[in-house]
Amino acid sequence: CVSMLQLPLVVTAQVDVVLLLVSFLSLWTRLTQLGYPNAVVFDEVYYGQFVSLYMKRVFFIDDSGPPLGHMILALGAYLGGFDGNFVWNRIGAEYPSSVSVVGLRLLPAVCGSLCVPLVYLLTLELRFSHLAALGAAVLPIPISFFLTTSDDPSGLLPENSLIVQSRFMLLESVLIFFLLLAAFSYLRFHNAAPHSVFRFGWLLLSGASCAAAVGVKYMGVFSYLLLLGVASLHTWNLIGDRTVSHLSVCVQCVCRAVCLLVVPLLLYVFWFYVHLTLLHRSGPHDQLMSSAFQASLEGGLSRITQGQPLEVAYGSQVTLRSSASQPIPCWLHSHKVNYPIRYENGRGSSHQQQVTCYPFKDVNNWWIIKDPDRQDLVVSSPPRPVRHGDVIQLLHGMTSRFLNSHDVAAPMSPHSQEVSGYIDFNVSMPAQNLWRVDVLNREAESESWKTILSDVRLVHVNTSAVLKLSGVSLPDWGFRQLEVVAEKHFKSQSVGWTVEEHRYGTSQEQKEREAELHSPTHIDVDRKISFWAKFLELQWKMLTVKLEDSEHKYSSSPLEWVTMETNIAYWLHSSTNAQIHLIGNPVSWGVANLSLLAYQLLAAIYLLRRRRGFKDLPDGAWCQFVCLGCVCVGGWLVNFVPFLLMEKTLFLYHYLPALCYLHLLTPALLEHTHTHLLSRATHRRALCVCVTAVLVSVFLSYRTFCPLTYGSPELSANQLQGLKWRDSWDILYRRR
Amino acid sequence: MAKEECITQWNKTGDTSTLRNRKIFPTSEKTLQTPSTLLSKDKNSQNAGHTQCSNGTSAQLLAREKFSKDPPTRVLLMLVVGLSFSTRLYKITEPPHVCWDETHFGKMGSYYINRTFFFDVHPPLGKMLIGLAGYMTGYDGTFPFIKPGDKYKHHNYWGMRGFCAALGSCLPIFAYLIVLELSQSHSAALITAILLIFDTGFITISQYILLDPILMFFIMAAVLSMVKFNQQRCSPFAASWWLWLVLTGANLAGALGVKFVGLFVILLVGLNTVWDLWRLLGDLSLSLVEIAKHFLARVVGLILLPLFLYVTIFAIHFVVLNKSGPGDGFFSSAFQSRLIGNNLHNASMPEYLAYGSTITVKNLRIAGGYLHSHWHLYPEGVGARQQQVTAYLHKDYNNLWLVHRQDANESQSGTPDLVRHGDIIRLEHKETTRNLHGHLHEAPLTKKHFQVTGYGINGTGDTNDLWQVEVCGGQNGDLVKVLRSKVRFLHRATGCVLYSSGKTLPKWGWEQVEVTCSPYLKETPSSQWNIEDHINPKLPNISLSVLKPHFLEILLESHIVMIRGNSGLKPKDNEMNSKPWHWPINYQGLRFSGVNDTEYRVYLLGNPVVWWMNLASLGLYPIMVAVVSIAIQRGFSLSQKRIEHSHVLMREGGLLLFGWLLHYAPFYTMGRVLYYHHYFPAMLFSSMLTGITFDILLKSTDLILRPPYSDRLQTLGQMVLLFSVLYSFYLFHPLSYGMTGPLAHEPGSTMAGLKWMDSWEF
Repeated sequence: CVSMLQLPLVVTAQVDVVLLLVSFLSLWTRLTQLGYPNAVVFDEVYYGQFVSLYMKRVFFIDDSGPPLGHMILALGAYLGGFDGNFVWNRIGAEYPSSVSVVGLRLLPAVCGSLCVPLVYLLTLELRFSHLAALGAAVLPIPISFFLTTSDDPSGLLPENSLIVQSRFMLLESVLIFFLLLAAFSYLRFHNAAPHSVFRFGWLLLSGASCAAAVGVKYMGVFSYLLLLGVASLHTWNLIGDRTVSHLSVCVQCVCRAVCLLVVPLLLYVFWFYVHLTLLHRSGPHDQLMSSAFQASLEGGLSRITQGQPLEVAYGSQVTLRSSASQPIPCWLHSHKVNYPIRYENGRGSSHQQQVTCYPFKDVNNWWIIKDPDRQDLVVSSPPRPVRHGDVIQLLHGMTSRFLNSHDVAAPMSPHSQEVSGYIDFNVSMPAQNLWRVDVLNREAESESWKTILSDVRLVHVNTSAVLKLSGVSLPDWGFRQLEVVAEKHFKSQSVGWTVEEHRYGTSQEQKEREAELHSPTHIDVDRKISFWAKFLELQWKMLTVKLEDSEHKYSSSPLEWVTMETNIAYWLHSSTNAQIHLIGNPVSWGVANLSLLAYQLLAAIYLLRRRRGFKDLPDGAWCQFVCLGCVCVGGWLVNFVPFLLMEKTLFLYHYLPALCYLHLLTPALLEHTHTHLLSRATHRRALCVCVTAVLVSVFLSYRTFCPLTYGSPELSANQLQGLKWRDSWDILYRRR
Repeated sequence: MAKEECITQWNKTGDTSTLRNRKIFPTSEKTLQTPSTLLSKDKNSQNAGHTQCSNGTSAQLLAREKFSKDPPTRVLLMLVVGLSFSTRLYKITEPPHVCWDETHFGKMGSYYINRTFFFDVHPPLGKMLIGLAGYMTGYDGTFPFIKPGDKYKHHNYWGMRGFCAALGSCLPIFAYLIVLELSQSHSAALITAILLIFDTGFITISQYILLDPILMFFIMAAVLSMVKFNQQRCSPFAASWWLWLVLTGANLAGALGVKFVGLFVILLVGLNTVWDLWRLLGDLSLSLVEIAKHFLARVVGLILLPLFLYVTIFAIHFVVLNKSGPGDGFFSSAFQSRLIGNNLHNASMPEYLAYGSTITVKNLRIAGGYLHSHWHLYPEGVGARQQQVTAYLHKDYNNLWLVHRQDANESQSGTPDLVRHGDIIRLEHKETTRNLHGHLHEAPLTKKHFQVTGYGINGTGDTNDLWQVEVCGGQNGDLVKVLRSKVRFLHRATGCVLYSSGKTLPKWGWEQVEVTCSPYLKETPSSQWNIEDHINPKLPNISLSVLKPHFLEILLESHIVMIRGNSGLKPKDNEMNSKPWHWPINYQGLRFSGVNDTEYRVYLLGNPVVWWMNLASLGLYPIMVAVVSIAIQRGFSLSQKRIEHSHVLMREGGLLLFGWLLHYAPFYTMGRVLYYHHYFPAMLFSSMLTGITFDILLKSTDLILRPPYSDRLQTLGQMVLLFSVLYSFYLFHPLSYGMTGPLAHEPGSTMAGLKWMDSWEF
C-alpha cells in the first residue's frame, strides 16, 4: 500500500480509467435491449412463480436453494412495479404490457455486469503482493496493466454464456457476483497493512458476501469452505508469528472467527427471517409442512384450527394426519368398502373394512377417541384428557367401525400387518382394537395429547405393532389411496400422527354425530410457534424434500461442460428463427481449459524442482503463484467437482461459476509467463502477438455467436447450420 | 547428513554394548538431541523431518531390540493370540443353520467346488478361499444354501466357518502389532487389542461364512506390512525391506481381490508411498538415480506385483469355473461360448439370419441384456400407454422375437429367404404377439430419445413397426451372420436407431434396463446388437465356432459387469436402509439369525461400550492435536516426553485417522444400499486410534497431578478401561454366542435392561 502511494499519480488515474472503461463495456453488453425478448425465457418460468408468490405474500417452499436469490429477484420485480398477476406456465409466453420486463431482469443483469470489474480488481489484488514483493513497482506496472486490461475482458466480457445468463431473471450471475466479491474482499483484507482498521471491514464484507452466496444457492457453500480454508491457513501463520503478542493473536483470531463464521451464520438465518416475515399467507406448499407450521400461516389451516380445544380427550372427534411427508401428506381414512377377499396375486385378506390414508380433506377422515372401559362417545364435563401411555380405541365417525389390526398380511406390504375397520364375520377372528398412545415429543411422562403440537405413535396393544404409512398406493379396489399398515419392527420416521382438526364430541346418537361431523369446527384460541422452530423446520424440509427429478431435454453431465458438448435453447421466437441459446464462446472456453492444463503442468514442474533445491521463482513470486492456484484452480475445483458426485438433473449453467475462475486464471498465467518464463525480448514480443491474435479471435467468435446470445438479428436456416460447430449442439430450425 | 547419521546408528545397533549404554541412560541421550530438533524445525522443516526420522529410528531399533528380548512382550503377544482365537472359535458351529449372507457366500463357495459359473458383484478371491477351505475340510459342495435358516444337517460346514474365524482372529493381533510399531507403547497396543478382542461385533462378523473377515484380514495385513516397511526406511533395498514391500503389495492384491472396498486401503498405502517418495525427493543427499531406484522398486512392489496377483486370481477364477450356471446372461455371447453346458458352447444353429426365425437379440454394450418385452404397459404419464420394451439380463422366454417381412405374408414353402443388409423387417414379440414399435414420444428416462413400445396384435400393426436392418461395416445385400455380425435397427418412420441406455427403469419397469430409439446415429455399442439364439427348423444347423474372447477382454467385461451390478444394488422399499451416520454411534445392528422369541438369535451389534469409547476418542483426538499443535506453533517449550507424544499423536494418529476417513467417508457418496457391517474396516482404524489417543491421554496425567499420584491415576485409568470393556463384554456376549427366550424389551429376557437404545432389535 505504501509503495502504491509513492507512485506517480498518473498511474492511479490510469487504473481508474481502465476500470471505468471495463465497467462501461460490461454494463453495455449486459444491459442493452434488456426487455427483448418480451417473453418468458427458460427458467424464468420457474423463478417467476416464486416472484409472484412473494408479491402476493403467499408461503412456498423451494428445494433448489435458500431464499435470498428468490428475494433479490422479487426485489427487482417489486421495484419494477410487478404485482404478481402473471401466470408462469410456459416458456415463450408473451409478457403483457403491465409487466415491467426490464424491472424483472435488471438486478441479475447489474450483478452480472459488476462481475467484470470485480474480476479486474481481483486480479489486481492477486498481483498486488507480487508487485510489493518485487519492490521496484514502476516497470512491471504498464506491462501487467496492458495484460490485465487486455486479457481480463477477454475472459469475462465477451463470454457469450455469461452474457446470456446475466440478461434474464436467473440466479447464476447473482451467485457469481457474491462469490467474486467474497474472494476479492478477503484478499483486500489479507493484503492490507496489518494495523489498518479498515481491513476488518473488508473481512466483514467477505463474510457477508459468503453468506449471500450461500443464501442464493447451496453451491456457494463449497466456495465458502475454500475461503475458510485459505483464511485458516493465514490464521495459522499468524499464530506461528512469534513477533505478535499472545493477546493480539487471540484478539485477531476472535475477530476473524466472528467475521467469517458468526456473521455469515447470522446473516443466513436473517435471510430466512425476512423470507418468513414476508410470506405469511398460506399457499400451495402448505401441506409439506407440519400442522403447527401451517397453523401459523394466515388462511388455510389456521382458519380451520383457530379455537380448537388443545388437549385431546375421551370422546374427542379428530382427524389424524401422518407426520411423514413421504410420499404425500395425508389423513387416516376409512370408507364403507372392504378389502377384496383375494388379491390379484392370490393372497387372502380379512375382508374387513378398508383403512387407508387419503391426501384430501374428507368427512371420512374423522375418528372418535373412545375409552375402552366406557360406552359413551361424548366428552364428559370436565373433559378427561388422553395422556401418554393411555390405551384407547379409535372409532371411525361415519361407519362406526373400530380401528383394528391383526396377524393378516397387509395388501401391498405382506411383511406388515393389515389394518382394518373391524367387522365381526364370526370366523373366530376377535377384535384387536386397543391402541396405546405414545407421545413422541413429550416433555414429561404424563404429557397429555395435544392438538397439532403432539406427534403421536399409535402402538397396537396385542401385537405391539405400530400404525404407519407404508408409502405404497393401493390399486383400483382401494381407489389408489395410500396403504396404512401396522409394523412390528418399525425403523423409519413415518410412524407419527398428529391431530389436526379437533373438537369435543357432543352427540351420542349416530345420526346426530354424522351431522356434527359434516359441520365445520369453530372456536377461538391463538397458537404460535417460534421463529427458530419455523426456521429449523423449513430448512430441514428444504434439504430433505425431493421432488421427482427426471432427465430434461437439455440436461447434461458435468464432463460434457468442460468441452462444451452441450447447449441449452433458452428461447425461440414464436414465428421466426430468432432464438437465444446458452452457448459459451468456444475460443475463450478453449483458452480457459488450456490455461488450466498449463497451470497444473507448471505447478508440477515447479514443485518437483523446488523439492530438489532449484528455486526457479523468487519466494515472493512463488507465493503469488501458489495464491493464484488457490483462488483460481481451487475455485474451479470446488465449483465443479461436487457436481460429479451429485445425482440431480444438471445443466450447463451450473458450470458458469467454475468457468469464471478459469477466466481469472488465464491473464494471470500469461503475465507469469511474460515476466518469469520468457527472458528474451523477442520471445516476449512473440507472446504479445499471440495474445493479440487470441484476443482478436475471441472477439470474432463472440461476434459470430452474438445472434444466439441476444436473440437478434434473426438468422436463416443456413446461417444457423453454420453456427452448429459441434454435432451435439441442439439448434432449432423452424420448418417453413 | 541425515543419511550418515542413519548409517552410524545402524552400525551402532550391531554393537550391543552401545545399546546397553543407551538403555541405561536413555534420557540423557534424548535431551542432548532435543535442541537440535527444535532448532532445525524452526529453520527448515525438511531437515527437521530427517532428524526426526533418524531419531525415531534409533528409538525404534532400541525398542525392537527390547521387545524381542523382553519376556513380557512375548507373554503379551501370546495372551492376545490366545484370547483372540478362543473368543472367535468358541461355539463356532452354533447355530447349525445358514445365517444371513452365508446363503450367498456359502453358495458361491459351493459353486467353486462344483465348477459352476456364477455372477457376483465382488471379485472372486474371498469366495475362492471359502470354497478351498470347504474343499480341504471335506465339504462336497452339495448343500444348496437356499435361504437363511436352512439346517446344515450332515454337511461339513465347520471348515468354512473356522477358516473365516481364524482370519478374523488375526485382526486383534495385527492391530496390536501395528499400534506397537507406531507408538512403541505396550499399553496403547494392549488397549487396542482388548477393544477388538472383546467387541461383540467383531466376534460375530468373524464367526460366519462371510467375506468381511477375509477382507479385513488382508486390509490389516497390508497396513501392518506398510508400517513395517516404513520402519525399514534406513536400510533401503535390504532383504527385510524387500520382504515387507512385497508383502504389502501381495496383501493389497488380496484386499482388492475380496471386495472393491480394498481400494480404500490401496489409496491409503498409495498416499503413504507418495508421501514417502516426496520425502526422499527432498533429501538432497540422494542422487536422482537412487530416487529413481526407489521409485521403480515401489512401482514393481506396489503396482505391478499386486496387479499381476489380481489378474492371476481372475485367471484361476475363469479356469476353475468352466460350467454353465446362473451367471451366464450377464455376459456377452462370446463369453458364454466358453462355458460347458451353455447353449452357445459348441453351438450349432442356422448360420445366417432368415425370415420366419425365432431369435434373441443381445445388446453389445457390456452387460447389455436381451431385447425383452412383457405383458405390462408403460404407466400413465410415461409416453404412450403401450406395452413395455426393455433390456433384460436373464435368459427368459420373453426375450424371443420373430423376424417378419415388412408386408407380413411369409412364403410358407421352401427354404426361407435370408435377411440382408438394408432389408426392412418387423420384429414380433413371440409371447405377446406385439410388434417392436417406435414413435415420437419421449423415452421414459432418456428424454432426448424416443420411446420404444410393443404395439399391435397378432403381428398387425402400423408403419411405425418397421425397422431397417444394417450390418455394421456392411453393404447392401450382405447377409446377417448370427452371433458374429453387429447389427443396428434403424426405425423407418423417424430415422432413429434402437438403443439401450443402460439406465434402470423404476419399479413399474421391474428394474429392467431402458430401451429407447436414439436420434443420434453415431455407432456405439449401445446401439449395436447381435443375434444370439437363432431357431429356424427349415434351415440346417451349422456348428459355429464363435471367436473365443481374449483373456483381457473377459477380465474387462467381468469388471464392468461387477461395477454395474454394484451400483445397481439400490435400496428396496421394504428393506431397512442403514445410513452411514448410524454406524459410529452403534445405532442399529443386523439380524444374523432368528427374529422371534422362540428362535436362536444372533445379532450383529458392536459392544456399545467399545464403540462409544471409539466415538469419544474420535472427538478427543482433534482436541488433543489442536492443543498440541497450537502449543508448538506458538513456540511453547515442551518436555522431551511430550514432544515424543505429540509426534506419535500427530503423525501416527494422523495416519490412522486418515485410514478411518478413507474407509468411512466414501460411503456418504454411495448410492447403493448400505449395511451396518460396511463400517467394520473403518472401525479397525478407529480402534487403533483409540488405543493411541487414550494411552497418551492417560500418560499425560502429570499435567494435573504430581508424579507419584499421576502414575497411580494412570494405572487407575487403565484398569477402569479394562474392566469396563470386560464387564460390558460379559453383559453383551449373548449377542454373538446366541440368545433364546423372550426379546429384550420383555420382562424375563436374559437380555433384559440391556436394550440401551430403542433402535436395537434383540
